[in-house]
Amino acid sequence: MFESTELNRRNETRQKLFRIGLGTMTGILILPVVLIMSTLIYKGAPVISFEFLFTGPTKGMTAGGIFPALLGTILLVVVALLASVPLGIAAAIYLSEYASDNWFTRAINLAIINLAGVPSIVHALFGVGAFVIFFKFGTSILAASLTLAIMTLPVVIVATRESLQAVPMAFREACWNMGATRWQTIRRVVLPNAVTGILTGVILEVSRTSGETAPIMFTGAAFFLPLLPQGVLDQTMALSLHLFVVSTQVPNMPEQLPFGVALVLISMVLLMNSLSIALRMYLRGKKKW
Amino acid sequence: MVKLSVSDLQIRYGGATALEGVSFDIQEHEIFGIIGPANAGKTSFLKAVNRMDMFDPDMRVDGKIVFNDVDVSKIRNVYGLRRRIGVVFPLPVGLPLSIYDNVALSPRLNGQKKKAELDIIVERCLTRAALWDEVKDRLDSLGSLLSGGQQQRLTIARALSQDPELLMLDEFSIAVDPVTTMRIEDVLKELRKEVTIILVTNLVQQARRLADRTAFFLEGQCVEVGMTEDLFTGEVKDQRTRDYVEGRFG
Repeated sequence: MFESTELNRRNETRQKLFRIGLGTMTGILILPVVLIMSTLIYKGAPVISFEFLFTGPTKGMTAGGIFPALLGTILLVVVALLASVPLGIAAAIYLSEYASDNWFTRAINLAIINLAGVPSIVHALFGVGAFVIFFKFGTSILAASLTLAIMTLPVVIVATRESLQAVPMAFREACWNMGATRWQTIRRVVLPNAVTGILTGVILEVSRTSGETAPIMFTGAAFFLPLLPQGVLDQTMALSLHLFVVSTQVPNMPEQLPFGVALVLISMVLLMNSLSIALRMYLRGKKKW
Repeated sequence: MVKLSVSDLQIRYGGATALEGVSFDIQEHEIFGIIGPANAGKTSFLKAVNRMDMFDPDMRVDGKIVFNDVDVSKIRNVYGLRRRIGVVFPLPVGLPLSIYDNVALSPRLNGQKKKAELDIIVERCLTRAALWDEVKDRLDSLGSLLSGGQQQRLTIARALSQDPELLMLDEFSIAVDPVTTMRIEDVLKELRKEVTIILVTNLVQQARRLADRTAFFLEGQCVEVGMTEDLFTGEVKDQRTRDYVEGRFG
């Protein structure tokens, strides 16, 4: 009764083949990550030291540390966040909680999707035109950060909107039935339950912003600066551009130095990502409904 | 005294009519039952009363609903209207706030900030909803994690915290066990001294136990309004009413 027929055996062989094939494909995925990380650590780790992180470059950047670039990247990210987070969250709240479903809202949503698809070099040129020239910020941290902010705005908006819409409609209706206005409902019930998702989106944005090169290289990041920036209207060095410079633009560069810079940059991004994942896991455990 | 007067009410969603030709008065301190099978227009009726049609762009309400001698369609402060009307839904909605905050939410929305006042309101409303004894030691735990029956009583406590003049219950016992249902029914019998109650139910016997008068909605029509006992034992205008309450369809 349970002997396998010819057909059964053929199906089973086929299923095994597919299992192995699909599994191998999946395994190949981790190869680039492993290769990149192991190369970076193998070649870059010996360069990393307290000295390397906290002093400036010397001898035409072929020696010394990366402190101005590290500080510059942090500054760029912070100023970009200050601009994009309030704007993005406000827009997402409007789109999710207030806007009715009409052609105008759909047009805005389409614009956000398109904004996310614009290549970063185009954002860079827009930044030059808008912030450097038109608003007369010059090539400065402010101009570069605003360019980054516009580029990452869709991430903030989409993450915020998704987490707002994950709050069940029944909660809003219960509030409205009590005589709460839309804003009271958002303030007391919707936002407190969406804040975790919003935070995750913001952190993801940080990790993305810190690695961008094209948008900042025309708008505010400099090849080399002898002094640290004194304010947001100064130029700054940045890790991503510094990596580009030390790997391609400077003759007689010690082989390991670019690997060290890359390792610092990727560690910063990975740190942010794992923070975001940890936060999400912690908050999922605390889900309130 | 007439608390709520409905005349020639018609509710449409887009092209489809959900309810039409409804006219009746609800007296103060009355429990007014509305029975009928699914899609009879019962929930739409409740939404029209507290102007929740505002949130549904497809929903159109015509005719007249007069609450406390005021035409609700002419009220500009709809928030004030909704505060006077407590609503309990079929599925309990414990907001993801603490039990205390669930009940204190409405007074807070209304500007009450004093802790002492809120304490009194919370204890009173939870007591009246027959939940106080079960939760008094854990008012800080989440309302949304209570059991279904407890959440439904929490919802009732929250509705009571509005100090409503009218309480509308929409099939409140659908997700509640029979024992809790009986407890809530006892609560409602107590409450009628203070508030007017509209009880939408698809449990015919529940209407019989509680309602003074009952309306029978069927397929968007109000087939019959009368003393509840008459629907079961006396003369009915429409044979379908008798068929429904005796369980021959629906």
